[in-house]
Amino acid sequence: MSSFVALPIVIPLITGTLCLMTWRSNIMQRILSMTGAVALLISSIILLMAVRAEGHVVIYMGNWVAPYGITLVADMLSAIMVVLTGMMAVAVAIYSLSSASEAHERFGYYPLMHLLLAGVAGSFLTGDIFNLYVWFEVMLIASFGLLVLGGERAQMEGAVKYVTLNLLSSAIFLSAIGLLYGLVGTLNMADIAVKLGEAENTGLIDVIAVMFLVAFGIKAAAFPLFFWLPASYHTGPVAVSALFAGLLTKVGVYALFRVFTLMFNQNPDFTHELLLWLAAFTMLTGVLGAAAQFEFRRILSFHIVSQIGYMMLGLALYTPLAIVGGVFYIMHHIIVKTNLFLISGITHRLLGTYDLKKLGGIYKSRPVLSILFLIPALSLAGLPPLSGFFAKFIVIRAGIEAGAYVVTGVALLVGLLTLYSMIKIWAEAFWKPLPAKTDGTVLSEGKTSMPLAILYIPVILLAACTLFIGLNGQPIYELAEFSAAQLMNPQAYIEAVLGGRP
Amino acid sequence: MEPIMAIVVGLLYAAAVYMMLRRSIVKLVIGLMLLSNAANLLIFTSAGITRGAPPLIPEGMLSPDGVVADPLPQALILTAIVIAFGVLAFAVVLIHRAYNIIHTDNLDHMKDTDT
Repeated sequence: MSSFVALPIVIPLITGTLCLMTWRSNIMQRILSMTGAVALLISSIILLMAVRAEGHVVIYMGNWVAPYGITLVADMLSAIMVVLTGMMAVAVAIYSLSSASEAHERFGYYPLMHLLLAGVAGSFLTGDIFNLYVWFEVMLIASFGLLVLGGERAQMEGAVKYVTLNLLSSAIFLSAIGLLYGLVGTLNMADIAVKLGEAENTGLIDVIAVMFLVAFGIKAAAFPLFFWLPASYHTGPVAVSALFAGLLTKVGVYALFRVFTLMFNQNPDFTHELLLWLAAFTMLTGVLGAAAQFEFRRILSFHIVSQIGYMMLGLALYTPLAIVGGVFYIMHHIIVKTNLFLISGITHRLLGTYDLKKLGGIYKSRPVLSILFLIPALSLAGLPPLSGFFAKFIVIRAGIEAGAYVVTGVALLVGLLTLYSMIKIWAEAFWKPLPAKTDGTVLSEGKTSMPLAILYIPVILLAACTLFIGLNGQPIYELAEFSAAQLMNPQAYIEAVLGGRP
Repeated sequence: MEPIMAIVVGLLYAAAVYMMLRRSIVKLVIGLMLLSNAANLLIFTSAGITRGAPPLIPEGMLSPDGVVADPLPQALILTAIVIAFGVLAFAVVLIHRAYNIIHTDNLDHMKDTDT
C-alpha cells in the first residue's frame, strides 16, 4: 500500500483540527503547530524517497480504480513541491512562535495556517482536475482568513482585491473544467490526456487551454493578471506574507506545469508560444514595478511577479533543459523569497517600519542580520555561487539553445534590474545611517532578546539551504532533471495512473 | 434546450462581469454570486442535458437500462455550489467589515494599497 502519499494532506488537516479543539490554549496550539509542521516535513521526505525509487506513486481513494475515483499521484515534481511545503511549514511555524501576536493566535492563526498547508499539499498531489479545484478553494478560504487577521484598513482593502480576483480565477477554472468534461467526459488528468490526444476538435481544445492558462495565470500572478498580488501581499501579518510569497503563487505555477506538460501538449506552437511572451512580460513588468517602490515588502511582492516569469519561461521553452531550469528555479525561489519576507519582519521588529526611507543603520549594529539578508538577496539577483545563479543559468542556457534570443535577453536584463532592487534595499535599510526621525532604541540595545533569537532560527536555516544549493547543487540538479524527464514523458504518468489500460 | 441554456449562461456571465465592474462593493459580491451560478450552469449544459432518465440501475441488473443522465456533472455542481456558498458567506462578512473600517462602499476609494 502506498497510503503515505496521502500523509502530507492528512497531517496538516489533523493538526489544524487539533489546534481548533485546543482553541483556548495558545501554548497547546503552538506545540501542536510545531509538531504538525515537522511531521509534514518528515512525511514529505519519505514521499520524495519513494518517488525517487519508484518513479510514480499512486493511490486510489476508496479503492475506486482510475479513472472512476479520485486519484492521488506523486511524481517527482509533486514530491519536490511537497517537500518545499514542509520546509516552509517548519520555517514559518518557528517564526510564528515569536511573531504571531496573542490576538492573532486567539482568532485561529494556527488552524488556518495548517488548513492552508493541507490545501497546498492537496493541490500538488491530486491527479484529478476537479479535485484540484476543490484543493484550490480549501487553500483560498484559509488564505482569506489569514490575510484579514488583525483587521486593519490596509488589510481590508488588500483582501477585497485578493478575494475578488481569486474568486474570478476559480470561476474561470470551474468553467474550463465544465467545458473539458463536456469534451472528453472524464476528470482524471491522465485519462484526459489520453482522450485529448485522440480528440480532433483542436479549436475548442485551444480555447479550454487558454481558459486554464488565464485561471492559473491569475493564481500565479502572471502578466497581465498580477495586480492583486502587490496590492495585497504586503498587508497581512509578516509570517503570513512569507508563507503566501513562498507557496501560493507557486501552486499556480505548478498547475501550469502539470496542465501544459500532461494535458495540453498537442499544440505547443500556440499555447507555449503564448506562455513564452507572457513569461517575458511578467518578468519585465514585475521588476519595473519593484524599481518604483520604496516599501520593503512591496518591493519583494513585485519581485515575486518577476520571478514567476522565469519559471514560466522554463515551461514555455518546453525543452528538457528548460523544464529542468523551471523546476530548479521553483525550488530556489520558494526558499529565497520566504526568507526575504522573514528578514523584512525582523527589520520591522527592530525599527517598527517597512518604509525604506525610515529604515537605516542596521549593518552597523546587526552585521549578522545584514549578511543573512545578503545571502538570499544576492541569490535572488542571481550572483554566483548562490542558488539563484544556477537557476538562472540553466533557464538562460536553455533559452539560447532553443533560439529564443529576445526573451533570453529580457531574462538577463531582468536579472540586472533585480540586482538593482536588492542593492537599493541594502543601501537604504542596512547601509545608510539611521534617519534622525526613526526610533532606534530597539536597534541600539545591542543584545539579542529571546523572541528576536527565535525569529533568527528559520532565517539561518533557509539561508543555509540557499548556500547548500549554491555550493553543492548536483543532488538538487539531479532531482530537477529527474522530474523534467518525467514531465517531458507524460506517457509514464498515464501508465502509472491508468495501469496500462486504454 | 441547449441553445436556450447557452444564452442564459452567456447572459449570466455578462451580468456578472457588469456587476463586478461597478463601483459598489455590494454589487461586486452580487457579481461574484452570478459568476459562480453561471459556471455551474455551464457545467450542467456542456455535459449534456438528458430528460427524465435518472441514473438508477433496476433491481437485479448490473447496468442501467437504456440512456440515463450522467450523474457526475450533478455531483460536480453540488460540490461547486457548497464551495461557492461558503466562499460567498466569507465575502459578505468581508465587505461588511471593510465597510465598517474604511467607511465607504466605493471601490474607487480603496486605493491605498495600490501602487
